Amino acid sequence: MECVFGLVGKGFALVVADTSAVNSILVHKSNEDKIMVLDSHKLLGASGESGDRAQFTEFVQKNVALYQFRNGIPLTTSATANFTRGELAKALRKSPYSVNILLAGYDEETGPSLYYIDYIATCHKIEKGAFGYGSYFSLAMMDRHYHSGMSVEEAVDLVDKCILEIRTRLVVAPPNFVIKIVDKDGAREYAWRESIKDAGVVAAA
Amino acid sequence: PAKLFLRSIKKRKKKARRRRRKMARYDRAITVFSPDGHLFQVEYALEAVRKGNAAVGVRGLDTIVLGVEKKSAAKLQDSRSVRKIVNLDDHIALACAGLKADARVLINKARIECQSHRLTVEDPVTVEYITRYIAGLQQKYTQSGGVRPFGLSTLIVGFDPYTGVPALYQTDPSGTFSAWKANATGRNSNSMREFLEKNYKDTSGQETVKLAIRALLEVVESGGKNIEVAVMTKEHGLRQLEEAEIDTIVAEIEAEKAAAEAAKKAPARET
Repeated sequence: MECVFGLVGKGFALVVADTSAVNSILVHKSNEDKIMVLDSHKLLGASGESGDRAQFTEFVQKNVALYQFRNGIPLTTSATANFTRGELAKALRKSPYSVNILLAGYDEETGPSLYYIDYIATCHKIEKGAFGYGSYFSLAMMDRHYHSGMSVEEAVDLVDKCILEIRTRLVVAPPNFVIKIVDKDGAREYAWRESIKDAGVVAAA
Repeated sequence: PAKLFLRSIKKRKKKARRRRRKMARYDRAITVFSPDGHLFQVEYALEAVRKGNAAVGVRGLDTIVLGVEKKSAAKLQDSRSVRKIVNLDDHIALACAGLKADARVLINKARIECQSHRLTVEDPVTVEYITRYIAGLQQKYTQSGGVRPFGLSTLIVGFDPYTGVPALYQTDPSGTFSAWKANATGRNSNSMREFLEKNYKDTSGQETVKLAIRALLEVVESGGKNIEVAVMTKEHGLRQLEEAEIDTIVAEIEAEKAAAEAAKKAPARET
């Protein structure tokens, strides 16, 4: 029931992910951040087995950092995407990682970009993409309303439309979502869309 | 009978020859103790360090400064590709004296260890941890077969990621390490260390930078062209100083020196 989707706008890229950590029928928490900030200008939104997700995304993050220390300059988004895909491909015929990834980044020379990397090491550079059951709804909404060169306001409006669709039509829709943005000023959290907040403990009478 | 006797002599001779050959190969290949308890290979490595560029490190209250001597660059060489002060992580930097090629290998391994530590325990390394790791690597190569020790001493600086306390450590080819308030290594390190012992006091900010440059100027020709200086603070991490900045500070130091000289001479004339 995990939903991760993203799109590229004018000079920025957005990645949206649900924030529920689920095990069978139990919801562990509703504020799990699944979009990792890889470095100053990259976002890695991941969905799948939580153990694999944590292990694999942290591994990518540390390798991206190591590259920067060794070479004095950060990896480009394209290089990061290809490295990530390569690692998934290496593990594929041994013990594959069950992680689907949307990698968004901003490079000075080439601007914003979004990569779709799935658990069997498919890698595509895309303008809009989604994973999970939510993708049935968010992709449809984006197909209808997306156009290239959207402003941040237009893009967030589209994201809200997608979230509304997921909440209305998906049977076990996740309650909360986090939106993160990456542009020339860096990668950062943009907003949360919460419909369930952790209730405080009721005081004893 | 004679035959058996001859055979046993042959066997004994063969064994002795084999042992001698083994001993000869043994001596050249690895680090072994000398009869008076020295490890000559390690001491020769220290010699290599003594021939390397001068390097100095000074720990202040909120600033740590590393300085290295820059031998005059060849005209056609791109000096930006020769960085002598490097960072191992966001909060750790290293300068070294000795064989630069060995340094590259050690620095690479240390950088990997910094990220690996972050990956396994989700914490950045402390300065002491990474110093211990590098010293451990250097020691391993004094006790293995077929390898020679690393020919470099390192100065490792950084801030503790949680307490923010600054630290300066030094390692050498034997694999020993210790913490210092200020230290120097490489060419003429003794003169620099003497200077630091005489003039060290708790400093912060620009004063720490000046102290480090003054120590370096004891043994290096003055001028921004001949020294490379990097300053590390908790907020901004490692920052390499531009040549122009170094020249300004050197000019300040020379002015202070001249003023001190004049002050010394003036009272003498009065009496």
